[in-house]
Amino acid sequence: MTAPSEPPPASSTKGKPGIIEQAKDWIDYRMPIFTFMEHELNEYPTPKNLNYWWNFGSLAGIVLVIMIVTGIVLAMNYTPHVDHAFDSVERIMRDVNYGWLIRYVHMNGASMFFLVVYIHIFRGLYFGSYKPPRELLWWLGIVILLLMMMTSFMGYVLPWGQMSFWGATVITNLFSAIPLIGDAIVTWLWGGFSVGNPTLQRFFSLHYLLPFVIIGVVFLHLWALHTHGSNNPLGIDRKSAKDSIPFHPYYTIKDLYGLGVFLIFYMGIVFFAPNALGEAENYVPANPLLTPLEIVPEWYLLPYYAILRSVPDIAIPFTGIVLMEAKLAGVIAMFGSILILFALPWLDWSPVRSARFRPITKQLFWIFVVVCVVLGWVGANKPEGWPLIIGRIGTAYYFAYFLVLMPLLAKFEKTRPLPESISEPVLRDRGESGE
Amino acid sequence: MSQTAEGTAPQGPAGDDSQTRRDFLTLATVTVGAAGAGLAVWPLIDTWNPAADTLALSSVELDIKAIEPGQRITVKWRGKPVFVDRRTPERIKQARADDGAKMPDPQADKDRVKKAEWLVLVGICTHLGCVPLGQKTGQPRGDYGGWFCPCHGSHYDVSGRIRKGPAPNNLEVPEYSFLNETTLRIG
Ligand code: HEM
Ligand code: FES
Repeated sequence: MTAPSEPPPASSTKGKPGIIEQAKDWIDYRMPIFTFMEHELNEYPTPKNLNYWWNFGSLAGIVLVIMIVTGIVLAMNYTPHVDHAFDSVERIMRDVNYGWLIRYVHMNGASMFFLVVYIHIFRGLYFGSYKPPRELLWWLGIVILLLMMMTSFMGYVLPWGQMSFWGATVITNLFSAIPLIGDAIVTWLWGGFSVGNPTLQRFFSLHYLLPFVIIGVVFLHLWALHTHGSNNPLGIDRKSAKDSIPFHPYYTIKDLYGLGVFLIFYMGIVFFAPNALGEAENYVPANPLLTPLEIVPEWYLLPYYAILRSVPDIAIPFTGIVLMEAKLAGVIAMFGSILILFALPWLDWSPVRSARFRPITKQLFWIFVVVCVVLGWVGANKPEGWPLIIGRIGTAYYFAYFLVLMPLLAKFEKTRPLPESISEPVLRDRGESGE
Repeated sequence: MSQTAEGTAPQGPAGDDSQTRRDFLTLATVTVGAAGAGLAVWPLIDTWNPAADTLALSSVELDIKAIEPGQRITVKWRGKPVFVDRRTPERIKQARADDGAKMPDPQADKDRVKKAEWLVLVGICTHLGCVPLGQKTGQPRGDYGGWFCPCHGSHYDVSGRIRKGPAPNNLEVPEYSFLNETTLRIG
């Protein structure tokens, strides 16, 4: 943000400026917020070849706003107490005017948020958006993902149904796997000897807080983004002004179009299948003495749940000596599956960003996508028989992809030649010469 | 602070001594400040630990007169289920016979009970905290006739010991005592 060096001109070339114009100038001179917005949103030079995979960042931002607006309205009618939480949500559904709509938008909004963000992340993986100079941008994105997981996990506890209660029990118990201090941590998280009222109240407080923390990190994410600008499908840096176009109107209109398509999909679910993504069991009030036959997390957490449950005891073969119990190993693998993303810029140090020019990377990437989906399926099934075997293979591929395949590819893969500039392939296809 | 000639007078750009002294003051201030901030944070963190009223609710008494041999009942203690199992002689025999079997968390049956007939357990799977099945007739009791946790398939035997599945430990035995022949106090 640079302050204008002299007071704003009292009149412009077009004659006397209107009162709004004057007010804008007055404010801008004191705090150049309009200059800033003009710079970052209007003229902001953007690669001219962005495709629709670049829509998902702005979609994520919009979903975040929808979540906060609907969440605040829900909170006005919600009671965070074990004796009233379930009933207050039912009251929202039945009695509060349009309460059902607000809740369905919020409930399915969490799913949409993850859907959009996962696509956004896979986009980054495919086009190498985590590579220099965007490592920090990538890191901030992972921080947002972790915060989203915490937020939605705590949100899911609030309606205090059977899945709320037992999901909270299973997830908080993960911390008991930590040697020595595990049990003390779990008691601390609960504020008692089981998931109960203290747990519900602190989760509500944090569920309200964390989305605003997410906004803060999103701001940093955008700051890092605007420092070097967007990556693009070719993964090469912009060479000249010809490679860029201003964000407005080109990408504002493209983002808006994407938003329209997305809202049709999102509202289609809200109006026609609002409970399709949820668990019927969560419409049964929480009962601490009765575990449902199957505890499954929301779909967007299933792959991690699959990894958690796929890991066996880590033992020295044929000796029966157990080095690490399955419980701890599973927890480490589950958290590791996300934390490993932080190391990505160094695991894949190939200078070629876009998988378009990396024939083998491209194939292994799509296998990785399939593996993630399959792990989701595994997570929804009991860990025995085929799902267990497939889960183990999937988990092995998940980690091998990052820890083994990426470094090997970075070293040995023969990449295809990169174009001279973003404009060059377009002009060449049209039979025009460069410049 | 002791008075040294170099230290107090503003003698041009930081002589070596004043540099050291300033470093020391900065370091001391930061240390004390950090320690103070740390201490101030503790009360905030500690609010998450169980409150006094939560701790106060920590024992229940139970009349066990009406429990038949072979019957299992569940009581709520500290928000969790406690299993009280009046074992038949065959079950006790089975539990003791298994003492030498290979298991993840070996423990003799007699170390898990106060009276062989009464097995008292916290009904929380030591894997990730589900309530194992087996309290009601007709529910699955697993491969060892004790309890079965449906969440990730842990099998407990008639002494509540883990025999198969992902749970690392035996079902916990809570603190309890027999106040008299017919009253059991848990906690
Ligand atoms: C990052 C943004 C957010 C996410 C991902 C999120 C996620 C969720 C989820 C998954 C649920 C459970 C829905 C259900 O199954 O019933 C929920 C419930 C709830 N959320 Fe949020 N939320 C977000 C922001 C907020 C905000 C800012 C508030 C404001 C206070 C809020 C207030 C509530 C309330 C009161 C409930 C309980 C009512 C209900 O269950 O529908 N949420 N949230
Ligand atoms: S919680 Fe019982 S087996 Fe996992």
